[in-house]
Amino acid sequence: MELFTNQVLAGIATGAIYACMALAVVMIYQAIDHLNFAQGEMAMFSTFISWQLMQWGVPYWWSFLLTLAISFAGGILIERLLFKPLAKAPVLTNVAGFIALFAIVNSVAGLTWDFTIKQYPTPFGSSPFLGSQLISTHQVGMIGVTLLMLIGLYLFFQFTRIGLAMRAAAALPESARLVGVNTSWMIALGWGMASAIGAVAGILIAPVVFLEPNMMGGVLVYGFAAAVLGGLSSPLGAVMGGFLVGVFENLAGTYIPGVGNELKLPIALALIITVLVFKPAGLFGRAIVKRV
Amino acid sequence: MTAMLNVRDLRAYYGQVQALHGLSFALNEGSLTTLLGANGAGKTTTLRAICNMVRSTGAIEFEGKPLSGKSTENVVRLGIAHVPQGRGTFTTMTVEENLQLGAITRTDKKNIVADIERMYEHFPVLKERHTQQAGTLSGGEQQMLAVARALMLRPRLMLLDEPSFGLAPLIVRDLFKILGKINREDKVTILVVEQNAQLALELADQAYVIETGKIVMSGNAKEIASNEDVRKSYLGY
Repeated sequence: MELFTNQVLAGIATGAIYACMALAVVMIYQAIDHLNFAQGEMAMFSTFISWQLMQWGVPYWWSFLLTLAISFAGGILIERLLFKPLAKAPVLTNVAGFIALFAIVNSVAGLTWDFTIKQYPTPFGSSPFLGSQLISTHQVGMIGVTLLMLIGLYLFFQFTRIGLAMRAAAALPESARLVGVNTSWMIALGWGMASAIGAVAGILIAPVVFLEPNMMGGVLVYGFAAAVLGGLSSPLGAVMGGFLVGVFENLAGTYIPGVGNELKLPIALALIITVLVFKPAGLFGRAIVKRV
Repeated sequence: MTAMLNVRDLRAYYGQVQALHGLSFALNEGSLTTLLGANGAGKTTTLRAICNMVRSTGAIEFEGKPLSGKSTENVVRLGIAHVPQGRGTFTTMTVEENLQLGAITRTDKKNIVADIERMYEHFPVLKERHTQQAGTLSGGEQQMLAVARALMLRPRLMLLDEPSFGLAPLIVRDLFKILGKINREDKVTILVVEQNAQLALELADQAYVIETGKIVMSGNAKEIASNEDVRKSYLGY
């Protein structure tokens, strides 16, 4: 029983990271109808920026906040330079754009900081939480920071005018323009926020997976699985999907014989396929019915 | 009297297809004008061209300022509210959020709350349903919401694209009564595109008739209503 509780709690902790990645993916998907394959690489790059800041002597939380600001600006910049010009381009052109972004970000990170793995600090420590062996303080920190961020985002989207305008732009761009919303900038803002959310995920997971240019590869696949499971049209679903995938992954790795650590990733892929076949809209998504 | 909206030689295109062929008309400040025409005559395109939602050439001036080259949202910010065909309701948001969106460009936050209350007076049914998702409203209620949302901009000019579409006759009468009231009391200049010519001519003081992308008749609404061609083609008697 203790093993089970332990695995569930650990799953919730990593699930928090998947939730962040899924949320970032969903935000961009809502804005431009494309999956950002480079979301993980952007998060990795942000994590390197925060690491670099700390190397220069900036304290942890200051580097955290600075990195969020830099990532936010970077996300907007990427949208303005690369994806705004592609707004009316076919799907495959956009996919090529995302893959290019993936490759560029990954290589630039490797070139700047090389490919050896680096230790990344945690401000929470990694001792047992409240003396319990079930969960570590860093895992509690991961869950806590993620929940705080999610609450903040919820308040932003529900109770601010910019949040309302962003929701309108994502739901019905033409109607949004007709009430005077600058939809193009709302998309850019969505990119900035998604990029900052990814940065949080990267910074929180870095002490666990270590810092290196390929650190987010697996995490992004789980993020996609979470987003698909929850429903690509539902930010809340993406978050719930993240936690579910985290727990599911851990339990499968522990209890299904032969899965172990090595075969966890295929499980995420199997989950994506299963959901797409049996419930394409996801658990929380709205099914899109087209009139023909 | 100088015209509030001046449209000269407007030509609009969907890809290679030309939909408007040199359309010219003017709206006087405070007027209630209707644009009549059959399906495909170019009524909707005319409204879309004013808000720069379709590629067009020609000159459109609003209160002396040219609108060409302005993005849709910047045209709206000048005080031109557009109630599109199909109403453009944000169906997943609440009624109240829809109204707040109508005022999203305004900076006078205090008045917004008061204006929402005013809309609830105009349209009591919206007050009853203010926390409901807008998609759950009936067609007539959604059209009321669309008009209310447009008014939340405190527009100088309101463009309405077939507000009567799909509504029961009684509801259309109510709606048109309210439009007349808004025009008189709030001094909003209104341009309404309609297929329901009879009702539109009763309501309006000016009318234009459009055929295959050109204005073929214009004048006082009563004169137009008594014109024999119009009677035969649009009023059906």
